Amino acid sequence: MNRKKIQCGIIGTGNIGMDLLFKVRRSELLACSIFTGRDPESKGIQKAKEIGIRTSVNSIQAILDEPDICEIVFDTTSAKAHAIHAPILKKLGKFVIDLTPSRFGKMCVPVIDLEDGLHSENINMVTCGGQAIAPLAKALMEIHPEIEYIELVAAISSKSAGSGTRANIDEYTQTTKDAIEYYSGVPRAKALIILNPAEPPIRMHNTMYAEITNPKLEEIIRKVAEVAAHIKKYVPGYTLALEPTYENGRLTIMVEVEGQGDYLPAYSGNLDIITSAAVRVAEEYARKKYE
Amino acid sequence: MNKPIFFDSTLRDGSHVVRHQISIETITEYCKMIDGSGVYAVIVGHGNGLGASTLQVGRSLHSDLEMISAARAALHETKLGAFMLPGFGTIKDDLAPALDAGVDLVCVGVHCTEADVTQQYIEYVTGRGKEAIGVLMMYHRAPKERLLEEAKKMQSYGARAVILMDSAGSSTVDMVRQTVEYLVRHLQIPVGFHAHNNLSMAVANSFVALESGATIIDGTTRGFGAGAGNCQLEAVVALLQKNGIDAGVELYKLLDAGEKVLKPIMTKPQGIDPVSIVSGLAGVFSGFAPHVKRAAEEFGVDPRDIFMELGRRNVVAGQEDIIVDVAVELAKRQTQNV
Repeated sequence: MNRKKIQCGIIGTGNIGMDLLFKVRRSELLACSIFTGRDPESKGIQKAKEIGIRTSVNSIQAILDEPDICEIVFDTTSAKAHAIHAPILKKLGKFVIDLTPSRFGKMCVPVIDLEDGLHSENINMVTCGGQAIAPLAKALMEIHPEIEYIELVAAISSKSAGSGTRANIDEYTQTTKDAIEYYSGVPRAKALIILNPAEPPIRMHNTMYAEITNPKLEEIIRKVAEVAAHIKKYVPGYTLALEPTYENGRLTIMVEVEGQGDYLPAYSGNLDIITSAAVRVAEEYARKKYE
Repeated sequence: MNKPIFFDSTLRDGSHVVRHQISIETITEYCKMIDGSGVYAVIVGHGNGLGASTLQVGRSLHSDLEMISAARAALHETKLGAFMLPGFGTIKDDLAPALDAGVDLVCVGVHCTEADVTQQYIEYVTGRGKEAIGVLMMYHRAPKERLLEEAKKMQSYGARAVILMDSAGSSTVDMVRQTVEYLVRHLQIPVGFHAHNNLSMAVANSFVALESGATIIDGTTRGFGAGAGNCQLEAVVALLQKNGIDAGVELYKLLDAGEKVLKPIMTKPQGIDPVSIVSGLAGVFSGFAPHVKRAAEEFGVDPRDIFMELGRRNVVAGQEDIIVDVAVELAKRQTQNV
């Protein structure tokens, strides 16, 4: 079978856009046909030019001017900008994968609801903390539906948090919390986000706490390992740093995510998990198309 | 020296000391005694601010809104303030309800190199017609040029003032003088100082900050606060008086609030224990002390060595998980050396 790669556009040339560009280039099913932002001085634009990718500094206008340039659009700008981009891309009939915490489209965590996601035309990749922890929270709630509160502490290195992430810190925190509630069904969740400027930069580190009495620990350990193994298939650096442990009336699970080092170094697991999840969705879209 | 204004963080920083178990009665009584004393604002709530009642840093005895409402009912002349750390709370869940409940002023705190995450919160507070103050925590970790850059961001978002927080109590007099003078010279908004007492310099450093052009002192009565405690407001007011400066604050009201409301809830006198001195020397966040002591005991290592190693690793507030990591490593080294 002679497969033609599906053409993708990437809007936003910051950290996430760049990491995504490298992953799309590695894909056997996808290709980047336009890499578009607003800042002609951006490192991303320079680097993309160097490696022979077509670029633009007219942001979404580049796609409006030439609608056939791509079939899939990744938006890595900001929640505010995506609210403007979404209706435009809908009119153009694009399959949109949104990596901002805009909440515009249907949330998607591939290990949970990849199939559902493909039925929508705008998919939201939640947040890195949501991608890392919502599947574990869901697994836990399936075993212990009586749990009433789950908490996530996500620590990421300052170096890996670009200007978009920073400008969206409130949406980021709120969306992570809401995603844990939405996917797991827990009545109340809470997300804490810590930006850590320490040198050398820390890897993305997530701690999940749940208040619980009499946990079925063996079953939880088995199930959590199973879910982690599934995630590892599309996020190779996803690792349980502390397997489910019970002390002091609470269950603790820790997860670290090491990046694949596509653009930013390996400590940026927070970028890696969300761009990997986005590419997973795009590849599934491509596969379905050629089935 | 300009006439300073005072922020009273007793009910917020002191919350760390009693593991966030300050009662509504204490809040009410304390606010009644401070109201009208000349103190500009009383900051109320969990030690880590709005939305911080969590398993990670400890649950509060009362919800944010219960604490804010109690203080609101007791304060008429003195402003009611709240503290917030981006990443701990959100606008929808925490900040908007706090403003709805009558908070006049919000201190938005952040590690001193990360000011851009305060933008959404400073703009939101300002947009609601309330006062937003930018707080640069662990200020000793960045050179003054970088601090100015970060402070200028806060100024551009609409902050009414910027407060330098000496979270580790690690300042020398020269650091305070040079940093405050530099910021005062280059900012359009007032500069404040929030001291910790690890090296017994909280009052002195606050005084030097005022001499250097700062106009806001953020402290606590009896020095009640995390680690070795804070700049004792009564002492700094008395010191100003001795220097012939009218602080505009009724000293006896502060003394009475400390004696009648705080003393009964203090489990031990606020003092500087050996571990606090080492934590100040190492420049590590004051609030780590109980975690370090616990880990030292568990792994059989010296808590002072843990603090020095944390200092070498440049950890920041919120990185409590690294403490165990360090303790394990030190324990391994000990075994190898035997």
